[in-house]
Amino acid sequence: MSKTINVALIGNPNTGKTSVFNALTGLNQKVGNYPGITVEKKQGSCRLNHTTKAHIIDLPGTYSLNASSMDESVVIELLLNKNDKDYPDVAVVISDIENLKRNLLLFTQIKDLETPTLLVINMSDRMAGKGISLDIDQLEQKLKTKIALISTRENKGIEFLKTCLLDYRSLSKEGCMDITKIDEAYFGNLQKVFPDQSLYKLWLVITQDVNFAKIERKKVQDATEYKTQSISHLKRLQQKETIKRYQYINQSLKETYTVDQSKATDYRSKLDRILIHRFWGYIIFFVILLTIFQVIFDWSSIPMDFIDESFSKLSEYTKTNLPPGLFTNLLAEGIISGLGGIIIFIPQIAFLFLFIAVLEETGYMSRVVFLMDRGLRKYGLSGKSVIPLISGTACAIPAVMATRNIENWKERLITILVTPFITCSARLPVYLILISLVIPEGKFLGMGYQGLTLMGLYLLGFAMALLSAGILNKILKIQSKTYFVIEMPNYKLPLLKNVLITVFEKTKSFVVEAGRIILAISILLWLMASFGPGKEFNQAEEIIIGRAKVESFTAEQLENEIASHKLEHSFIGILGKSIEPVIAPLGFDWKIGIALISSFAAREVFVGTLATIYSVGNDQEETIKNRMKAERKADGSLLFDLPTGISLMLFYAFALQCMSTLAIVKKETNGWKWPMIQLFSMTLIAYLSALIVYQILA
Amino acid sequence: MITLNLIEKNQLGKIVAIDTDLLPLKLIEMGCLPGNEVYLEQLAPLKDPMYLVIDGCHLAIRTETAKNIKIELI
Repeated sequence: MSKTINVALIGNPNTGKTSVFNALTGLNQKVGNYPGITVEKKQGSCRLNHTTKAHIIDLPGTYSLNASSMDESVVIELLLNKNDKDYPDVAVVISDIENLKRNLLLFTQIKDLETPTLLVINMSDRMAGKGISLDIDQLEQKLKTKIALISTRENKGIEFLKTCLLDYRSLSKEGCMDITKIDEAYFGNLQKVFPDQSLYKLWLVITQDVNFAKIERKKVQDATEYKTQSISHLKRLQQKETIKRYQYINQSLKETYTVDQSKATDYRSKLDRILIHRFWGYIIFFVILLTIFQVIFDWSSIPMDFIDESFSKLSEYTKTNLPPGLFTNLLAEGIISGLGGIIIFIPQIAFLFLFIAVLEETGYMSRVVFLMDRGLRKYGLSGKSVIPLISGTACAIPAVMATRNIENWKERLITILVTPFITCSARLPVYLILISLVIPEGKFLGMGYQGLTLMGLYLLGFAMALLSAGILNKILKIQSKTYFVIEMPNYKLPLLKNVLITVFEKTKSFVVEAGRIILAISILLWLMASFGPGKEFNQAEEIIIGRAKVESFTAEQLENEIASHKLEHSFIGILGKSIEPVIAPLGFDWKIGIALISSFAAREVFVGTLATIYSVGNDQEETIKNRMKAERKADGSLLFDLPTGISLMLFYAFALQCMSTLAIVKKETNGWKWPMIQLFSMTLIAYLSALIVYQILA
Repeated sequence: MITLNLIEKNQLGKIVAIDTDLLPLKLIEMGCLPGNEVYLEQLAPLKDPMYLVIDGCHLAIRTETAKNIKIELI
């Protein structure tokens, strides 16, 4: 019989907690959300021996159990709730050898919850370079725990960690600190009122805003002892608690942890002198961004062309080899065309996630926060807004979630509101196809016009985000306490395994999420384009044949005439035609109108939609791009010419066409007010700018 | 005794007092406690934020926060 134990990984940010998780679980992991909130929940499984499996939860990184954000609350809520199905049999605290002292603060807190606790000290590979020596046996005694000294970088100690997990029952449950020593009168009283409760857990319930145990919390609040304490007094007690904990930690480390400064090399300071230099720091950051965009455009073109051709061949193959009929048409024209429209962008999206993962893994992202804080504050943002703004280039949804690290509510709200202006990966397909249609090939200062246009669009997104942030900063009258603390972690070479897993997981969820929507919409669109009401649609053949001049048509021309007449009078044609008057001044025809409507589910649907619309009734199997290139206006000129192309790109740059973003903003701001304001103002900006540009260019 | 925002490069300070009501608990937990040593690693342009090393912990805070920390130069 196989049995499963629950293991929770807990640790400060930047300790390599995720590396430990990846080392234990490999690809046996699943990323989801905690119910009702948008905090990412990572779990995985690991076989410890032939009879025992570990179910591992990678909890969000936290500096202490005193939660200051929703992510951190998840940690304490799980650890205080014995009835949770994920409640750990063993808590594993991950620490980093260089920051052991600070990391142990969280360890002592976890230990005081009286759960079996194992201490993992990661990055043992750095000990020699930093002149650190450690007496593990003695430290184990002082901290009353088992220690696993590991290096995820060199893949050392992982097997030992697994044996420690198997043996979790032998771990001591004894706490580290006698909490009554902080304030004997206060805690003595508390114990009298709740004689059968753990004091530290009570203390956490009093000081934290956790919703795990509303009843207990209410009981505590009813007690008179609690009412007499002001917030300021509680905070002083928390400070005293921290001091006591550090005294205990210093005592434990005094003889067990030594650093020989003469052997230590400090490349952090050396690198910092260049990377956050007041001049070179900015130049380097700009060059990095420039490189990323160039690479996304250049390197991905080969696999993308390959995918595009494969899909058109697949569609053709389906049509020729399956018996003709409604189902074959649905498959070839609806589903395959629609899916091709998303799968083609996997290379680019993977590259984007790759760069973001590397920037975060190396520790460079914190330096960017430091460099940008003062400048962004002018616009009502924080240096920490840089992370949402940069990860917004992948997707606005994780970006909006990443704003949780911003301590100040006004700065956070403004960041949430302007993040959707950042060019996300869903806009990329739209831009790429439009750029290749309307922007000529050619080079300027070694960079192609097309690459420059793409970069211009990214810069435009950033500029618009800053401009609107500045305006919001003037309008919004919100007073909130402002503070800003960010750790500057040591530089690390990114671990290939971590980066690849991140890229794989993120790309997979992007494709699955988007793929689902696109599949549904492709089918719906195909149905709406293949059927129509009234005799204009159902008797299209007779109507066209009955017209004059028809004698001079070839068979092929006749067929095309019929097909386009049908499309025009199908359900989708009617819908598109009805919005045409509104979008005609922007240079869009009714087919683009359909794509705009369906884009509201997700922007990347745009290409798939056009692919589906143009392929209905079209027997020549062509790539998406060639089909778009062949589209003509009523007067015979190209539909996708420069003015329409630019106007369309601007519309996509500014409009909030994404239901998921609206949903996440609603969650993070607790209501419909902000997402609605966001939707209306962004659509207005998009419409007006597309209008102005088209009218000038055309 | 000066406030931490006035510390200069190559000076070593010792924290003597902190304003608990105004400082975030997170900063205190990262080691910003009386008795601990602090030095300035680097300043961003316009001298804000400050990149400090407090008790061996590398972190950045804004000058307005640093004003709530009193230090003694040693």
